[in-house]
Amino acid sequence: MPPIIRKEKCTACGTCVQICCMDVFGPCEKGAVPAVRYPEECWHCRACVMDCPKGAIELEYPLAAMLLAMDSPVTQKGGSAK
Amino acid sequence: MIPIKEEIERCDVLIAGGGMGGLMAAIAAADGGADVIVTEKADTRRSGSGTTGNDHFVCYIPEVHGTLDQFMKELRQTFAGKNADGNILRKFASRTFEVVQDWHSWGINMKIDGKWTFEGHAFPGHMRTHLKYDGHEQKSVLTREAKKRGVRILNKTVITELLTTEQGEICGALALDVSRDEPLLRLVECKAIVTATGAATRIYSAATPAMMFNVAGCPACTGAGSAAMYRVGATLVNMDIPGIHAGPKYFVRAGKGTWIGVLRDIEGKNIGPFVDRPSREHGDVTSDIWPSVFRDKAERGEGPVYMDCSELSEEDMKYLYWAFVCEGDTSLIEAMDKQGIDLRRHMVEFGSYECSLQGRGVQIDENGATNIPGLYGAGDQVGNILCHVSGAATMGRIAGENAAAYAKGRPQAGSAGGHPVVLEKQALYSSFLERDFGPGWKDMNTALNQLMDDYAGGYNARSEKLLRAGLKYLNDLKELSLKRLRCATAHELMRALEVFDALQMGELVCWSALERKETRGNHVRVDFPFTNPTLNDCFVTVTKGPEGPVTAIRQANP
Repeated sequence: MPPIIRKEKCTACGTCVQICCMDVFGPCEKGAVPAVRYPEECWHCRACVMDCPKGAIELEYPLAAMLLAMDSPVTQKGGSAK
Repeated sequence: MIPIKEEIERCDVLIAGGGMGGLMAAIAAADGGADVIVTEKADTRRSGSGTTGNDHFVCYIPEVHGTLDQFMKELRQTFAGKNADGNILRKFASRTFEVVQDWHSWGINMKIDGKWTFEGHAFPGHMRTHLKYDGHEQKSVLTREAKKRGVRILNKTVITELLTTEQGEICGALALDVSRDEPLLRLVECKAIVTATGAATRIYSAATPAMMFNVAGCPACTGAGSAAMYRVGATLVNMDIPGIHAGPKYFVRAGKGTWIGVLRDIEGKNIGPFVDRPSREHGDVTSDIWPSVFRDKAERGEGPVYMDCSELSEEDMKYLYWAFVCEGDTSLIEAMDKQGIDLRRHMVEFGSYECSLQGRGVQIDENGATNIPGLYGAGDQVGNILCHVSGAATMGRIAGENAAAYAKGRPQAGSAGGHPVVLEKQALYSSFLERDFGPGWKDMNTALNQLMDDYAGGYNARSEKLLRAGLKYLNDLKELSLKRLRCATAHELMRALEVFDALQMGELVCWSALERKETRGNHVRVDFPFTNPTLNDCFVTVTKGPEGPVTAIRQANP
């Protein structure tokens, strides 16, 4: 479940802990790599990924949120009539 | 006992909720000369439904749209103009352009391609009411503008109760500090309050039941502002009409408005009558006016329904992916990428999401004021004006201006320290923390969802028998939860209080649905299976009375 912090890249600046709108990290000690204490409460807004100054965070997308896609029959046929 | 911080915060105007509406209210109140505090449960730079962006802003520009009457006529026909009092909607529309111009000057790009561009959410051949913009950094811009004006922002701080004097005057609020694991209560004393706590989610089951937070609006918002306002006597409105949103079927936060495509069935047949090919100018407005289309089609065996963008030109396809960023949907782009989905050839199935209370809640007048003097509402939690980002921003500004004017020169009405509500809630919250075992907030939330699904259906049928039974069971759930709920941390206490607010909103949905003895839209009363024309343009209101909720029907303002 999202997010995942790459410990080797994280400088423990606390940005993600502060800005997460769902508080998925919970309170975190200064200078520590944040733990993801409430992963089920992630809203996939991706703010932590965008705002991390070191690019240390990735989102793992739940299988239950899988997008359902099909080849478009219209495009396969060469486009709509009009 | 959970400690109460000794130092009381004092201000003229307290804003509960630092989303788009709250920040705009704060900026306007500060411009009006008020000393302002914003409380925000997360961080105002990234919080609420506008956290990572928006891309459409309803805006009236006389040079573009002609007279205000012409604009209003079109707005009323789109999804944006429902459930609104006409007088407030006019005032809103007349002030949108000044907000848009200010935002542009503050650094939010409101001029795509260097000009005012109206695109999407539109019927072909009609006037377009939605300005396309890039809101991906809107929250940090508004936070900066608020701070520039001396607004004090208390992040990680949740308003849980509003405080009034024995005479019913606003005097402050009780807040929960969630910045540490150990909860801390804080008191605010103020002369006026604007609540802007967003839409109420997590009342009905999410599209993916196992993922409670897989919802369209910000899942940390469960109606706290409207519920707290109701408890001090404010009237709520339009709680009976289910709010339905739609978008990618199980990837719920992405919405539908940004997509430039055509809704089609699995064989490629168009669903709606509005566009034959993807149109950057119009979008496909079918699901705006028929948001339950996906569920309705599935129930009739005519689904699934897909969003097909595959005929876009390469230039327009690049524009669509850029627009997803403006709207804050970078996770959608990444998730599609990880799954190998390419909109150049794939169509994506859409779904109708769970019911939420967006644009259902506290009743305001043209000034953003409730029936309680000094108490104002803004944003998605307001029940009788267009919501979404433009409603939040513009009505937030109006509420902030009026709250500042109300507070000006007014003495503090009473004190928060030792207030009976504070003492009662301190004891209650502490009881949740002091238990060694007991059900958690998720258990309570699940119980609430199943009761609301089955007895106060947003999609399912409603009837007097079901609603009355539902009210009994909701009260039983509340009583059991008050006796048994356990929270281990401040975070869990915050979530638990969200569920209690959601439950209160659920009860008020039931009371309001009982009052509307007809079928209208997705409010389907099997005991009154017809639409009663004498109830056209009528709103159901609900207000706390000495014996319980009092409902009434009123004519909407034209």
